[in-house]
Amino acid sequence: MKHVKTLNTRDYSKSTVKGGCGECQTSCQSACKTSCTVGNQSCENKDR
Amino acid sequence: MVHQYKNNGYNIVLDVNSGQVHIVDDIVYDLIPLIEEKRDAKSDYLFEKTGGRYPLEEIEEASGEIRELKKNGGLFTEDTFEPYINKFTEFKKEGGIVKALCLHIAHDCNLRCRYCFASKGEYHGQKALMSYEVGKQALDFLIGHSGNRVNLEVDFFGGEPTMNFDVVKKLVAYGRSREEEANKKFRFTLTTNGILLNDEILEFANKEMGNLVLSIDGRRDVNDRMRPTASGSGSYDIIMPKFKKAADSRNQTNYYVRGTYTHYNTDFSEDVLHLHDCGFEQISVEPAVSDPKEDYALREEDVPVLLEQYDLLAKEIIKRRKEGRFINFFHFMIDLEGGPCVAKRLSGCGAGGEYMAVTPWGDLYPCHQFVGNEEFKLGNVYDGVVNKELSGKFTSCNVYTKAKCADCFAKFYCSGGCMANSYNSTGDINGNYELGCILQRKRVECAIMIKAALSE
Repeated sequence: MKHVKTLNTRDYSKSTVKGGCGECQTSCQSACKTSCTVGNQSCENKDR
Repeated sequence: MVHQYKNNGYNIVLDVNSGQVHIVDDIVYDLIPLIEEKRDAKSDYLFEKTGGRYPLEEIEEASGEIRELKKNGGLFTEDTFEPYINKFTEFKKEGGIVKALCLHIAHDCNLRCRYCFASKGEYHGQKALMSYEVGKQALDFLIGHSGNRVNLEVDFFGGEPTMNFDVVKKLVAYGRSREEEANKKFRFTLTTNGILLNDEILEFANKEMGNLVLSIDGRRDVNDRMRPTASGSGSYDIIMPKFKKAADSRNQTNYYVRGTYTHYNTDFSEDVLHLHDCGFEQISVEPAVSDPKEDYALREEDVPVLLEQYDLLAKEIIKRRKEGRFINFFHFMIDLEGGPCVAKRLSGCGAGGEYMAVTPWGDLYPCHQFVGNEEFKLGNVYDGVVNKELSGKFTSCNVYTKAKCADCFAKFYCSGGCMANSYNSTGDINGNYELGCILQRKRVECAIMIKAALSE
């Protein structure tokens, strides 16, 4: 496209098919403890 | 739902419900809201609406690209996830799976940080240390309630956990001894203020702790104002050399220096950059959460300054990264490609369900921030979760149970925010902590802008 550059992102809809395995890190176990950071967690679903 | 904004010279368009991010030129930026409002808008209409700023041919070309994005599911995507999330949280509630515990190894502390939500380590109660027996029972409770989850997380927290470090060591050994037969993998984290950090603790942490959180606020005067020792002197000079050694000994990975900013250092970007200048590459500095009556509490009038600070910090991070000086600011981290699934993104932080805090005597609370407030006691590590109704309330809390999240573009990145902050500011875990939301939205905008800048 001439006017648009799209960054690579994960397809949310597809993630509902095999999502919710719960193997990823709990948000507060990283380095916040007083906020909620989820968008930075990495998916650890081996079957995604 | 589309969120578009300009930041650092970039026109950024976020298609909220698909998660797609587009960097666009001015004409597309101006046309998107017009086409969102009037989907069948013709070029003549768009020409008129844009005040003749763009030639008709360009409008035709740009609007064609916008319609192509929509056709491919990258623009004007509807939110269809609510039934899925409701079903998912119901399933979580029934399953009762626990996968992470915050162990309050010590309700005691050797610092007197003014903003401490744990009331200087004691959580509004008595000084106490967790015994090995209670900790062991907590790990058994976790293994026993983790279902088929393999990765289990345990944070050694306080107060100050190094004041009871023998118990930490024994619990790690016990956890490791059960990994194989239970088919579990423990990920341990130690959160410390550094006062007692020594070579022995560091060596142990480097062997066993998947993450090490080192508490320091930034510049010496900023740190020492809020983080004095019990005798009232500053802590910066005691902890800084130890933290540098710790960060280097972990090859600058799997740790964070973690600070808190308050009304007294609304220029907090200076603290983040100070920590980077001191040799730390993994940095987390976040706003203090406190009673608004406290002198150090962040207040509404601070907001414009704080937003500007995030912009300044984002620009400086890009500059440093492009110069080859790596810096990772935790609150600008965003994983666009390998990030979490929708279930994780929208179903809340997990507090009170898959994540709980354990007091030194074994009581279970939804998270570390609720410890000390008896009405939030869920049960204990011996009897498990007794107050299932309360646990259910927490597990059910998600983006769709929080009225103000529905129209927020950041909902896929914060999962509805911190329930403790919501409760403390509104009296309801389904409320919204407005100041926190404003800052969270800004951080998401900056994080995406950084991705755009570093993708060039």
